[in-house]
This record gives sequence, C-alpha cells and structure tokens, in this order.
Amino acid sequence: MGVRPSPYGHTMTNRTFVLACLTPLFIFSLAFLALPLVRLFLESGSGEAGWAIYLDILRRPRYLNTLVLTVLVSLATTFAALAISTTAGMFLSRNRFRGRGTLLSVLTLPLAFPGVVIGFLIILLGGRQGLVNQLTPGHVVFAYSVIGLFLGYLYFSIPRVLLTVMAAAEKLDPALEEAARTMGASPYRVVVDVIVPGLMPALIASGAIAFATAMGAFGTAFTLATNIDVIPMVIYTEFTLSANIAMASALSIVLGIVTWALLLIARSLSGSTVAAGG
Amino acid sequence: MTLRVTNTAKTYPDGTKALLPTELSVAKGEIVSLLGPSGCGKTTLLRIIAGLETPDAGSEIWFGNDNVTSLPVERRKVGMVFQSYALFPNMSVRANVGYGLKMQKLPKDEIESRVTEVLELCQLQEFSGRAIDALSGGQRQRVALARAIAPRPRMLLLDEPLSALDAALREALRDELAMLLREFHITAIFVTHDQDEAMAIADRVAVMSHGHVVQSGTPEELYRNPNSPFVAGFVGNAMRLEGKVAGSTLHLDGGELALPRDGTGHNVFVRAEDVQIDTEGPLNGKVESVTFFGTHYRVGISGIMTDVLTSTYAGQNAPKVGERVEVSIKPEALMLLPEGAEI
Ligand SMILES: Nc1ncnc2c1ncn2[C@@H]1O[C@H](COP(=O)(O)OP(=O)(O)OP(=O)(O)O)[C@@H](O)[C@H]1O
Ligand SMILES: [Mg+2]
Repeated sequence: MGVRPSPYGHTMTNRTFVLACLTPLFIFSLAFLALPLVRLFLESGSGEAGWAIYLDILRRPRYLNTLVLTVLVSLATTFAALAISTTAGMFLSRNRFRGRGTLLSVLTLPLAFPGVVIGFLIILLGGRQGLVNQLTPGHVVFAYSVIGLFLGYLYFSIPRVLLTVMAAAEKLDPALEEAARTMGASPYRVVVDVIVPGLMPALIASGAIAFATAMGAFGTAFTLATNIDVIPMVIYTEFTLSANIAMASALSIVLGIVTWALLLIARSLSGSTVAAGG
Repeated sequence: MTLRVTNTAKTYPDGTKALLPTELSVAKGEIVSLLGPSGCGKTTLLRIIAGLETPDAGSEIWFGNDNVTSLPVERRKVGMVFQSYALFPNMSVRANVGYGLKMQKLPKDEIESRVTEVLELCQLQEFSGRAIDALSGGQRQRVALARAIAPRPRMLLLDEPLSALDAALREALRDELAMLLREFHITAIFVTHDQDEAMAIADRVAVMSHGHVVQSGTPEELYRNPNSPFVAGFVGNAMRLEGKVAGSTLHLDGGELALPRDGTGHNVFVRAEDVQIDTEGPLNGKVESVTFFGTHYRVGISGIMTDVLTSTYAGQNAPKVGERVEVSIKPEALMLLPEGAEI
C-alpha cells in the first residue's frame, strides 16, 4: 500500500493515522501489562532465595502438587465443558421445540454470577448441609473436594463454550453433511469428518477461554478449596498470610507461563490436525 | 440403472406443497434435465430421489427393481453435485475425491488407483494435492463432479452445477460437462433453470412448473411441439400472436395469416426466429427497436398486434427504427395450443 497524501494537504498519512489509533492501546499495554509484569518478575527474585525461588517451586511438593492439580482440574473442566457444550449446542442449534429459549437461558444463567456465588451453589448442593447429603443416607459431601471444584468450574465454563459452539454450529453448511451422507458416511463419520472440523476454530477458542478461566479462577476456589489447594489460592495465602511477596510473584509468573504454554501447544496441535485431516 | 418415480409428492412441514404427485422415469444411461423457473420444485424432486428429503405417503421411487423409497441416503449409492459444491474444506482435492471410496472401506491401493483415474478423467491431476480454497470456481466444479463419480454411484444427481459460475465460464463449462457426463456412461439427472443449459446437456428435458412436470421430451420435441403456452414460452421464448382465429386464418391488427390447420379454440404462438421481414409478407408494422447481437439483430415491430412482435434478422442491413416493414410467418412455424391450457 502506498502512502498517499491527504487531499486537504494535511501531513497526516494513512500510516501515521493507524499509529495514532494504536497509541492508546500501546500506552495501556505498557502501563497496565508490561510494567507490572516486569515489576512482578523482578519482585519474584527479590526474596531470600533469590532466583532459586523457581527451583524451590519445582522441588517443594506443596507447590508442585498444587500446580499439577490446578492444571489437571482445568484440563478436565475444559474437556468436559467442550464435550457437554458441543453436544448440547449442536442439539439446540438444530432443533426448534417449545421451551428451547427457556432452556437456553437457564443454561447460560451462570454467566450472570461471580465465582463466589457459583462456589456457594456447589456448597448448597454438595456441602455438609447440602441437598445431596440430606437426600442420601450415607454422608455424601463433595463440595470441598476436587469434585466440587471441578463441578464449580464446569458450571462456570459451560455457558461460555455453549454460546460459541452454537454460533459456529449455525454457520455450518448443511450441504457438507449431506454430501458426506450421499457418499455413505455413517453419522459417526459425519461428526468426525464434517462437524468437528467445521467447529474446530470455535472449539479451540472457547476451550482456551475455559482453560484459562479455570487456571485463574479464584472466587470459586476461595469458597470451595478448604481441603485442597489450587495455585490462585496459594498465591493469595502467600501474599496475605505469609507476606511472602517473592513467592506470590514467582507463583504468578509460573501460573502465567504454564497457562500460556499449554494454550500454545493446544493451538499448534489442533492446527496441524486440521491441516493433515483426511 | 433405470429410475422410476411414481406418484411422488412433497409437502413441507409448513404446508408448502413443493411437489405435486409426479411421475418421472429415466432410462439407463440417459441424461435428463429438470428445467423450470425458480421455486417450481426441481431441487425438491432431486433431493427426494437422492433420499435427502422424505416424500409424502404414497410416493414410490424405484432404482431398477429395488424400491428405495424408504432407503436412507447413505445406502442409495447416488452421486450428488451440490449447487455450492459442498467440498470438504479440511481435505485436499485427492482426499475429497477419495472420500466415498474410503467410506466403502476399499483397500488403500485400490482407492489410490481409482482416484488417480478419476482425477485424470476430469483433468485434475495437477491439483490433486491442493487445498479446496486454492481452486478456481471451474476447478471446484470438476472436483465436485469427480468426487460424486468416484464411488461409481448408481446414478448421478446434479443441482444447478453451473450456476455458481459467471456467465462466460458457464458457457464453456456447459459443453465440457455434457462431454464428461457422456464419458461416464451413467444415468444422470440435472437441475437447471437455464433452457440453453438443459438443451445443450440433456438427452431429455422434463419441464416443471408449480410442482408439476408439465412436459418431458427431447429438446427438439419440446421446442417444436410444446404442449402448453408455458412450455412454449419457457423453452425458446415463444410469443403469443394476439389475434382472432377464424377457421384456418388468424386476423391480426397488421394483417391476416394462414394457419397450418383449423385453429378454432386455439391460441397461436410463434418464435422470433420464425418471424421474417419480407417485402412480400402479408403483415405490416412499424419498427420500434433494433438491437444488435453480433450474429443477428433483434427487431421489435409494433402495429401487428397489441404487444411488440419480435423478429430476428440475420442479414447485413437491418431496417431502421421508424421504418414500415412487411412481415411473413410460415404456417408450419405457427404453434397451435388449445385455449385454457394456461399453466
Ligand atoms: N424446507 C422447506 N420448507 C418449506 N418450504 C420449502 C422448503 N424448501 C423449499 N420450500 C419451498 O418449496 C418450493 C420448491 O422449492 P425448490 O427448492 O424445490 O425450488 P427450485 O425449483 O429448486 O427453485 P430454484 O430454481 O430457485 O432452486 C418453493 O416454493 C420453496 O419455497
Ligand atoms: Mg433449486
């Protein structure tokens, strides 16, 4: 693109105009993202252990196990949310029936609640005074375990994934499925060869959001994680209770890097399967 | 394989009667075109034959000696070319063409050799590794055809296979498609709303209107002996000569015309190419418009009937606007269709 002078003789060209538009974003990124991040990183090396604090995280089971648990719960949440929302989303976008709108608004209700409320709902369901515990003779309390956390995160993720998948499902070309069927494809093959590839961009985008949200979820964890720990909780306790600012910073950095790296891997893996598909 | 469709109708859930009880048969190896204006039910009939749409109760579809009415699309073994082509965007050209064979679970090397053969037939060898979005419209159309034909279907169904292309390309690909379809030696039905396309490609044309097949025959039969004003108008743009029939004479504003036979109770139709500007002609009118088309002129003449009568003029020196001309029409070029046969 050539840069052409404005007809009014101003010196502002296309390029400088674009740059001018980007300036607020640039300042914002610098002020609220880059600078605090640099500060956070420097802070993490300022403790007694110095930069060895990162080795510490890997060596001390309390931190490492928590990190692994956080990643596992987040992954489980992501895949469960994708599975549930994709099937439900496909069904809801393909079928028109009475009560569809109501069902949809119930399914997307969690969007209106913060994590704390979701945690509270899980306690009402699976806590010591919870519904399940009252209805069953045995003492079934799952709210404060990994299961409670998983359910809370799942409840939180489903609407986000569902809405994205439904938007993508409505855009799928029905002729593609029909073409596959005329060539003898079973319903299973249609899903594998047509629907999943067609939904892939939406699945990656919403899966990434679900995963990142679960990795960083605090409100739900704060209400539920009494017996177990997840990284955001540990960061909070290190920061407020132990005043170990170096460790809190180091854990924040690790949480960020792990989340970012896993998202990157997911994206490149799915990218290559799409390209190699068929 | 022969196809027989009997008493087949389709009412959509919203009550639209898209297809009224219809009969259609297609002989083995025959290429039949479903021709008709938009919304007349062509796609609906094609989709019913494919098994993509369930017809109303009482409908029957026979593939040879098999009644396939309740057989799902997956097991009908038809090849289908969609209007949008519906090529799988996540697969290469080769994978697209091999898809049907893969679904039949043929051995890998057999799939490979069959795909290569079909790609060659459709002149697609050089594109075999390409992604779909790296193909031109014409190439996509051939991939869609290759994909439909590769599994050796019992019948090939094409829904407006050329309509996604621009006009110039459409004409070139029309003849190519006609040639390929004959090379495949396959029973084929293709839908179009373009009469030239239907005539150029099909052995037989079934003209549809408002959910009915109104006439079916070879292009020549339809052109020469239309059974209704609709067919006469749709195939070859026949004009009605608005005059009074008295025995075997037609009285027009601009003169009298001899009919080939007693025309009582009939309307008279004629095509522009049969309206001749001829100094000896019995009709007299005034030139309203002259349009040059390269090979010929279209001359609009008023004063012969209420509407403008159109004539094609192939000579060098066409009449000028405003001139008075004599016009003749040979009796055998007049088509007599019973009154009240409007559809
Ligand atoms: N799913 C549907 N539900 C209700 N009505 C439909 C449906 N599909 C088609 N129709 C109606 O049925 C009639 C025939 O449709 P069809 O698609 O067969 O027409 P067509 O001859 O293929 O037209 P075109 O040349 O525009 O493709 C139309 O009036 C159309 O509006
Ligand atoms: Mg159609």
